Amino acid sequence: MPDGARAVLDGPEINRALTRIAHEVLERTKGGRRVTLLGIPSRGVPLARRLAQRIERVEDLKVPTGSLDITMYRDDLRLAPARALGKTEIPTGGLDDRVVVLVDDVLFSGRTVRAALDALGDLGRPRAVQLAVLVDRGHRELPIRADYVGKNLPTSLRENVTVRLTETDGHDAVLLGPARPRPGATEGDE
Amino acid sequence: MMRHLLSTGDLTRDEATLVLDTAAELARVGDRSVKKLPTLRGRTVVNLFYEDSTRTRTSFELAAKRLSADVINFSAKGSSVSKGESLKDTALTLQAMGADGVVIRHSASGAAHRLANWVDGSVLNAGDGTHEHPTQALLDAFTMRSRLGRLEGLRVAIVGDILHSRVARSNVLLLNTLGAHVTLVAPPTLLPVSVHTWPCEVSYDLDDVLPKSDVVMLLRVQAERMTESYFPSVREYSRNYGLDGERLARMPQDAIVMHPGPMVRGVEISAEVADSPRCTVTEQVANGVSLRMAVLYLLLGGS
Amino acid sequence: MPDTHGPHLIRRARALGGDPVDILLADGRIAALGPDLDAPEGAETVDADGLIALPGLVDLHTHLREPGREDAETVATGSRSAAMGGYTAVHAMANTDPVADTAGVVEQVWRLGREAGYCDVRPVGAVTVGLAGERLAEIGAMADSAAQVRVFSDDGVCVSDALLMRRALEYVKAFDGVVAQHAQEPRLTEGAQMNEGCVSDRLGLPGWPAVAEEAVIARDCLLAQHVGSRLHVCHVSTRGSVDIIRWAKARGCDVTAEVTPHHLLLTDDLVESYDPVYKVNPPLRTAEDVRALREGLADGTIDIVATDHAPHPVEAKETEWSTAAMGMVGLETALAVVQHTMVDTGLLTWDRVADRMSAAPARIGRVSGHGRDLAAGEPANVVLYDPAAPVEVDGAAMATKSGNTPFRGMTLPGRVRATFLRGVPTVMEGKIS
Repeated sequence: MPDGARAVLDGPEINRALTRIAHEVLERTKGGRRVTLLGIPSRGVPLARRLAQRIERVEDLKVPTGSLDITMYRDDLRLAPARALGKTEIPTGGLDDRVVVLVDDVLFSGRTVRAALDALGDLGRPRAVQLAVLVDRGHRELPIRADYVGKNLPTSLRENVTVRLTETDGHDAVLLGPARPRPGATEGDE
Repeated sequence: MMRHLLSTGDLTRDEATLVLDTAAELARVGDRSVKKLPTLRGRTVVNLFYEDSTRTRTSFELAAKRLSADVINFSAKGSSVSKGESLKDTALTLQAMGADGVVIRHSASGAAHRLANWVDGSVLNAGDGTHEHPTQALLDAFTMRSRLGRLEGLRVAIVGDILHSRVARSNVLLLNTLGAHVTLVAPPTLLPVSVHTWPCEVSYDLDDVLPKSDVVMLLRVQAERMTESYFPSVREYSRNYGLDGERLARMPQDAIVMHPGPMVRGVEISAEVADSPRCTVTEQVANGVSLRMAVLYLLLGGS
Repeated sequence: MPDTHGPHLIRRARALGGDPVDILLADGRIAALGPDLDAPEGAETVDADGLIALPGLVDLHTHLREPGREDAETVATGSRSAAMGGYTAVHAMANTDPVADTAGVVEQVWRLGREAGYCDVRPVGAVTVGLAGERLAEIGAMADSAAQVRVFSDDGVCVSDALLMRRALEYVKAFDGVVAQHAQEPRLTEGAQMNEGCVSDRLGLPGWPAVAEEAVIARDCLLAQHVGSRLHVCHVSTRGSVDIIRWAKARGCDVTAEVTPHHLLLTDDLVESYDPVYKVNPPLRTAEDVRALREGLADGTIDIVATDHAPHPVEAKETEWSTAAMGMVGLETALAVVQHTMVDTGLLTWDRVADRMSAAPARIGRVSGHGRDLAAGEPANVVLYDPAAPVEVDGAAMATKSGNTPFRGMTLPGRVRATFLRGVPTVMEGKIS
């Protein structure tokens, strides 16, 4: 655990939050028949996969799941050296007429989501776009809100939210700690 | 990532791998309905071509446009260059116009290095004399990796006019960095005198090398080399160093044939081989665009 | 023209690097040399404590560019540069425009040198008309002219025709002349840009093989011995050339040879910058060659240091490598480079430096009044050099009109404090007087 950080969600709590979001998605999309889940790298991708598994368990429904890298659409590219790209995997069948649910770990300024919306526009024409996040830590800088939230977490700008997932980090946890300033970073962990 | 791309020798293994990985992601942009990314919006890329090379210039132009950069083609013909303006003055002109990146093709070895001293923006070497052609080597490595799944331990034979080849120089350095084993095959007259100090093997015997190669890369042989006594006749060259169907059959089953183009059919490559599915020439051209997008993004996309 | 004509008393200079003595210069001659001399009335005293006194240096190989390329250098600026480097005589190479292949051109250069007055300018005559390598220039007329030409060279290009070289070697015997050969086999160096080897292969620059120099030197040594003439080899740059000259001298050939300061210090890996300030003919070679050249100069196989001072305007160097001009300025750094490479390394003593940079070149060029001992009665051509005054080289600060020094940014160990030409200070306190 980073210096001075404390866990605000543990593994079981994360599981429960995802299960709840899965049910909400099914409710809000009337059975989820048109849903495509797109995770935003890096930690949005395993979260999207977990959501898909849960929907499958509840409704016996195979949800097309992929990833959407937003690096090339970021508005802060010039504030840092060029970064390595994440993967963009669009499920077969494409995005036209689908209800795309973007999945990310933390919602902060909203800039990542803004970039994701731009990227989506170049890939197809979804019927609707929704947003699911594990943590909403507030401090929006754009008119963006999430449709599904695992936990609303009031934070100070001097704090840092870190999401750890088994797939990427070996264990599940959401940590809140003092901010480590990073050039060009506008959102907690992404 | 570095500021300029002048030589593949300047790339670490991690940097070279980053370029290839980035190109692999960007390759998929060509399959989308909107074949464009906003990444270099508001950035200006100048194609400064002192040698005619429509294919390379077009490849860079397309790559830059797919990243939404503004592209200016500045060719030696019909510009102040043909009126005797020096490379330095041209560089200062481009600088004044606010070029963020300059892609330079020049007949003088080292021209890209010189340019890098005179402009603030990034310089991409698109071929300088008989020195280097880094993006060609990178797209070659990219093609090998996509076809054969790896570069580490890959056995690559490069055949032809090594002495005058910028493609060979860039490939030897890059493939060595990426863990492949290179063998240069040519008549001794077309090999540099110090080639034994290069990080590769050398052979005069193509037939000995082919069965032990996963990749054979053929280089164009210009007819004037014959008049300069590098070899006695095109026929003799072709007999000893040309790749025909019979020789291809002696290579491993999944071995591929590469050529940086333009090919001279009937000299270094027979028509049968050039048209075979094992020949990657058109794939190399397609990969060139993605690879150059990757380089442009990594050099110009960040701070 | 300097006008300080009174006597000068140099106090406590280390003549040829020996113990401090006083040297009195009067009426263009060394009037006296010894400890604690009395200052005659009106004498200007020069404090030379810690300075080395050497006979005025003689350069056998200088490009003054006039007539034709006055944008790069003139006889006046070039001879000022020479004085700043401690030289009292220079040989102006023939590759001007027009070429110095007639009595008219050599007399013009000689006269320009006299008018400038900073050092004696000895024109070199071309061996062949227009340096074209086809027929002999009017060598006899140049020898008999007011310029009294004794050194003949097509420097810049090689007299590659063996028969023409034989004739030239024979012809100059009539007036004790010498042919100074630029040894470069032309076919082996077509389009050549730098030393052929690992660096050229990596950089993709056409190579200049050592054999292209060595083969011509071997041929010329054999020719000179056959016809019983004197041969001088310009700017020796390879280990093989040193070996061949050593062999030729051992078998009795009357051959002399020069090395440039830059070939004593710099190597071809500098070309990796593609900065044409390092482009020169013959090219910078390898560390192994540098070692052999230093040894050759130390053991006398190579007789002299000559600068091959080759000024070029900025635009000739601020360009791509392949279109850039070949050559480097060298007059003002030569002595410091020799100290750095030969004296500080223990290869030469200061009295041997005087031989390699003054006495021997004067002898080869048949220059009277220069390269003499520091002794009473001799012409007062003297340089005072401070071997403990490190200075960072800056081409823009030099007296030469061109700043193309390959040593720029390097710190060299010493500097010339004063130069006297026949008793008249051309340089005083490190500045042109």
